[in-house]
Amino acid sequence: MTEHILQNTTTARDVETVRARELRRHRINAVLRYALLGGVGLLMLYPLIWLIGASFKTNSEIFANPGFWPEKPTLDGYIAGWKTSTPYTFGTFFLNTLWIVIPKVIGTAISCTAVAYGFARFEFPGKKILFASLIATLLLPNVVTRIPQYLIFRDLGWLDSYLPLWVPSALAGDAFFVFMLVQFLRAIPRDMEEAARVDGANTIQTLIFIVVPLIMPALISVCLFQFMWTMNDFLGPLIYISSVEKYPVSLALKLSIDTTEAFEWNRVLAMSVLSLAPALAVFFLAQKYFIDGISSGGIKG
Amino acid sequence: MARLQLRNLEKDYGEFRAVHGINLDVEDGEFMVLVGPSGCAKSTTLRMIAGLERVTGGEIRIGGELVNDKTPGDRGISMVFQNYALYPHMKVRKNLSFSMRLKRRPGEEIEAATNQVADLLEIDPLLDRLPKQLSGGQAQRVAVGRALIKKPQVFLFDEPLSNLDAKLRASMRVRITDLHKQLKAAGQQATVIYVTHDQTEAMTMGDRICVMKDGHIMQVADPVTLYSRPANTFVAGFIGSPEMNFLDGVIEGENSIRAAEQIVALGEGFQKRLSGDAHGQVTLGIRPQHLKIAAAETPGTLKGKLNHIEFLGHEVYLYVDIGPKRLIAVVPSSTYDRSALRDDWVWLSADPKGVHLFDRQTGENISLAA
Repeated sequence: MTEHILQNTTTARDVETVRARELRRHRINAVLRYALLGGVGLLMLYPLIWLIGASFKTNSEIFANPGFWPEKPTLDGYIAGWKTSTPYTFGTFFLNTLWIVIPKVIGTAISCTAVAYGFARFEFPGKKILFASLIATLLLPNVVTRIPQYLIFRDLGWLDSYLPLWVPSALAGDAFFVFMLVQFLRAIPRDMEEAARVDGANTIQTLIFIVVPLIMPALISVCLFQFMWTMNDFLGPLIYISSVEKYPVSLALKLSIDTTEAFEWNRVLAMSVLSLAPALAVFFLAQKYFIDGISSGGIKG
Repeated sequence: MARLQLRNLEKDYGEFRAVHGINLDVEDGEFMVLVGPSGCAKSTTLRMIAGLERVTGGEIRIGGELVNDKTPGDRGISMVFQNYALYPHMKVRKNLSFSMRLKRRPGEEIEAATNQVADLLEIDPLLDRLPKQLSGGQAQRVAVGRALIKKPQVFLFDEPLSNLDAKLRASMRVRITDLHKQLKAAGQQATVIYVTHDQTEAMTMGDRICVMKDGHIMQVADPVTLYSRPANTFVAGFIGSPEMNFLDGVIEGENSIRAAEQIVALGEGFQKRLSGDAHGQVTLGIRPQHLKIAAAETPGTLKGKLNHIEFLGHEVYLYVDIGPKRLIAVVPSSTYDRSALRDDWVWLSADPKGVHLFDRQTGENISLAA
């Protein structure tokens, strides 16, 4: 390419031609790139787009019309779906979900930060073994612990309450998050914490005023993941929650399937769209902070 | 009041002993520099004084009080870190006042103290900036301000200038020593322990300098003494630039020494400077500045072949090979004329005042008697 250009630098006109050719090639490349990206993106998003479209269709049209654009848009699915076939509206289920998610996220953030701080910054007897067992629980399939856990919570009398969902997280039960924060903390120099100690801060003050702001980007991702996973968690509530009034959205969606004789797919789809909304909203909001955190939280010497 | 005493201070890392029972007294208001090559445990010592590193053995007393088991915040110290260690999420103002806010001082008092420190260090325009918006020099001034606002008994500096460029380093050097004088003049306690590996910083800033090596103190003295009366070969070699020339030799007769198969005259009365056990195998130490070009074939001078020279304007560094050894001599440009040399042979005479003899086994200086 460069040789090609060099040979053509004899006259100004040649230079112009080469430049124009380069520019054209550049444009074609860009168009190809975006077309490919757009195409693949559309492919990935199509089920979601279809879901939104179908939620405005009537029940019969969902199967009759394969396209995503409803012929006669209707809100029936939303109205009937919101009412549900139970004495409770979908609003109750949304509140239930929040009531599970919010304490769980807060508990996770607090407990995982404290545990990660301990592992990353302090020397204590048995630290290596404890950390190794923490990592070991990461590798353990969830299914293995389901039954023992169920038995423990049954004996504690916590069945049909949210405690089995809250308490493990509030005690840093999510090893993955602890591990993530430990790794993040290890990359941060200790100087700031030492400066705080010289300034007269005790361990807790150092944690709250210095360490937490420093690990904020990681902490936000932890909260984000926990939020998403808990929103989408189906098995946890299914095992521990038995009364309908305590059902979260994930169970309620299933509910509308098996209580009606003919499946009202438009209701299910409409409620699915609604239940996606909080997760999407939180993700887009948090993404901004997440990126902010990464770009500004960098530790400059 | 703010006298700092270290008594048999020891630090072990597992099997490895980093600090070997050192003793050091720093007087109230004194500017003490700890200097040494990397790995000499100067920073470890400082961190033990700060309370960031647990003491294995011995005592640390600040103002007479044993502080071994006190938290860093309760020791009456403040510290400036090498990479500033400013809190990145706080504005400069909050960085400065963090210690006071922890103590829940009233708002007006914090405000007043912050402004006073900002004035002193000329950082008022920076108060509402975040640390990442500061240059290295500014960040370092804020770090000093954060130490200052606590009105500590002892200031600890851990290589505070090593991240700055040479020019800024020189000006910060002056600024810190000025600040120390200002504080002393204002009657504030201002004992300073300053760790550096840079001998220029040590020599220009310290009231006294503590030279360390491998967890031992080699010598504690004021800069002039350190330069003119080094206690051992390590200090002699570490302080001064270019490094002191060392030649192995044997004392011969009253006032001369045989080194590199030549006789070096040490001048009349040199014997008086030697301590009693000075005989036999010695190491001769001469600073490059104490070597002069002598007339050819002068007795008692060192004959050598000029290898190459470095011209620095007002002076010239001569690299002279004497047998297998290479000596450096620093001579004023005016006294050096290469064309006058025959085949690059030079004769170097040593200024007897600048000659030191060290015991070859122990490395101790044995020519300090007078």
